[in-house]
Amino acid sequence: MDDALPGTDFYRLDDMLSEEERLARATVRRFVDERVLPIIEGAYRDGRFPMELVPELAALGVLGATIPEEYGGAGASNVIHGLMLGELERGDSAFRSFASVQSDLVMYPIFRYGSEEQKRTWLPRMARGEAIGCFGLTEPDHGSDPGSMATKAEREGETFILNGSKMWITNGSIADVAVVWAKWDGEIRGFLVERGTPGFSSPEMRGKHSLRASVTSELVLQDCRIPAANMLPSARGLKAPLSCLTEARYGIAWGAVGAATMCYETALSYARTRIQFGRPIASFQLVQEKLVSMLTEITKAQLLCLRLGRMMDGGTCTYAHVSLAKRNNVDIALTCARLAREILGANGISDEYPVMRHMNNLESVRTYEGTHDIHTLILGKTITGFPAFR
Amino acid sequence: MNIFVCISHVPDTTTKIIIGQDGKSIDRTEVTYILNPYDEFAIEAGLQWKESKGGEVTAVCVGSPEVKETIRKAFAMGVDKGIHIVTDSPFDSYGTARALADTLRERRPDVVFCGRQSIDYDGWQVPGMLAELLGMPAVTVVSSLELREDGTFTAERDIEGGKETIVSRLPALISAQKGLNNPRYPKLQGIMAAKKKPIEDVPAVQTPPRVRVLEMFKPPLKSGGRIVGEGAGAVPELVRLLHEEAKVI
Ligand SMILES: Cc1cc2nc3c(=O)[nH]c(=O)nc-3n(C[C@H](O)[C@H](O)[C@H](O)COP(=O)(O)OP(=O)(O)OC[C@H]3O[C@@H](n4cnc5c(N)ncnc54)[C@H](O)[C@@H]3O)c2cc1C
Ligand SMILES: Cc1cc2nc3c(=O)[nH]c(=O)nc-3n(C[C@H](O)[C@H](O)[C@H](O)COP(=O)(O)OP(=O)(O)OC[C@H]3O[C@@H](n4cnc5c(N)ncnc54)[C@H](O)[C@@H]3O)c2cc1C
Repeated sequence: MDDALPGTDFYRLDDMLSEEERLARATVRRFVDERVLPIIEGAYRDGRFPMELVPELAALGVLGATIPEEYGGAGASNVIHGLMLGELERGDSAFRSFASVQSDLVMYPIFRYGSEEQKRTWLPRMARGEAIGCFGLTEPDHGSDPGSMATKAEREGETFILNGSKMWITNGSIADVAVVWAKWDGEIRGFLVERGTPGFSSPEMRGKHSLRASVTSELVLQDCRIPAANMLPSARGLKAPLSCLTEARYGIAWGAVGAATMCYETALSYARTRIQFGRPIASFQLVQEKLVSMLTEITKAQLLCLRLGRMMDGGTCTYAHVSLAKRNNVDIALTCARLAREILGANGISDEYPVMRHMNNLESVRTYEGTHDIHTLILGKTITGFPAFR
Repeated sequence: MNIFVCISHVPDTTTKIIIGQDGKSIDRTEVTYILNPYDEFAIEAGLQWKESKGGEVTAVCVGSPEVKETIRKAFAMGVDKGIHIVTDSPFDSYGTARALADTLRERRPDVVFCGRQSIDYDGWQVPGMLAELLGMPAVTVVSSLELREDGTFTAERDIEGGKETIVSRLPALISAQKGLNNPRYPKLQGIMAAKKKPIEDVPAVQTPPRVRVLEMFKPPLKSGGRIVGEGAGAVPELVRLLHEEAKVI
């Protein structure tokens, strides 16, 4: 018993991280241990996003970590961004989702496609957590195929009039600004819609069995008039929202490993102390096989993340590389969560332990940001040259 | 205000400690190190005084080259400067205090913050010795602290079974107890700026050790517990066992 392996860094990946990277990760890990874990089960049960922690998340520098300092970010590397998101999701996918949406789906498009004024208005406030953003792409009738979206924008003098509806929008009801994707003259464009704009509402969606500690909303746009200056000037066509998804999927690849790690660690410590037939269940071969396959998959997923992050920082990473990591890592995380649930027996379904919460969350993570199967098709097209979408 | 914080580089509490070949030291190969947790309270206290009174916070650490990493952790929290008192051979508590005193004396600290104890060897020795060598009052194990404009301060310290309130005057040495404050998390921006902040290397003068380590060994493993029964019915048997077997009552 005394010789058990502590932690999940089986391949000593820490040796490949810089001191800065390790410290950034350790800081978020500690924040999650001290601030998130004590409250998360309650928040999940109550279907409530712990807004009170947003200022602390912002103070850590998690929001818009890769955005340059002149716009309020930390100018950090993608590896640091990924490491921090992994730690957040070790707490709960809701925190990682919040940070992914804020950083990768709202700050990123404003930074990449926005005007100087849009950047100055939103980015520093968003980095400080004083303004919250959401990203509206999915519609009730257009999920995996966002290119056929129905939301429309019409120009009238110095205003745009938006009509349509978005669904399953993370942070929708708590957002101060929504990046809404809509067609103007048949071309997809991005628009910044502020909370309180007449004709715009964002009712929260209830009844979720997954991501209960995250806010998910509809966005309803009925003759919603916004200033023409609120369009993101250089976002044109479907590739603009897809480029944001590439950023967010990158973070999900890291995040999923965090959720898997929590499930594995919970299962390992449970198995070492739970006695059946007079012995710890960790001493039975079938239980060991489950633990070994969890650690093996986690180790492989960690290696994917680190390599992907280094490629992202080196500018050699493509969306297909990101698809492979998102697809694989969420899949193995869900498998780990299910195995952990099994190892915990009846306790596995209890909120005394985090595994069922992670398992339920990961079902959403498997679907959003491109379903598992859509990533299969993206990769299928990449390696065969044949698109199989339609 | 010229604020110094003495920080110690200690094994992570979750690290598995393995005793070295010589039976007198720990095997350091697999050990990960952290900033001594009590020193985080000391750093936070220093930063808060700087924020309210102005001045500069300098972290000082005695140790081998690896301790620079711990000094940079202090930088990430917001400490301005670092002094690394370089030594390859380990010092005992007195040697550590001497090295700190030799370096701090000429720099005329207004206040020196320490942790109440270093969680590696748990000596609780350095703060008192250092204050004595610097000729300053020492107020140790402080859990609440208030500084006044005239340079006097009131400190509450934990003592056996209660609290003691002390009024003293700067310059002084204060060692921090848990609860003195809530140490801030390093900001990512601070972490990224840490490698740009200056660390001054100062050679340590070796003092002959006053303490000799004879042997190091792990405490015996706890044997598993025994459940005697459940509810009130089990009490007589429990009492009998505590009396006859464990002989504690
Ligand atoms: C909790 C949560 C939060 C979300 N947050 C956001 C957000 O912030 N912003 C946002 O814009 N969206 C968000 N989404 C929406 C999410 O991105 C979509 O649900 C996802 O893209 C899938 O769309 P759909 O649900 O309409 O499923 P559909 O597209 O209807 O897919 C249903 C099934 O059909 C399969 N399928 C579809 N097309 C094909 C094909 N060509 N070949 C094979 N199989 C196919 C899919 O893989 C899936 O299994 C969120 C979703 C959830 C659950
Ligand atoms: C018997 C003995 C043998 C030792 N052998 C070894 C050895 O073989 N190898 C080895 O590496 N170390 C060794 N040490 C540890 C070495 O002395 C450390 O510096 C020790 O942590 C300081 O003594 P302490 O435990 O009394 O600290 P404490 O008095 O418990 O520390 C209180 C506070 O003093 C300050 N402080 C303590 N240490 C330092 C430091 N190094 N730099 C700056 N501030 C500090 C901090 O503010 C700390 O919170 C040994 C210590 C003892 C007592």
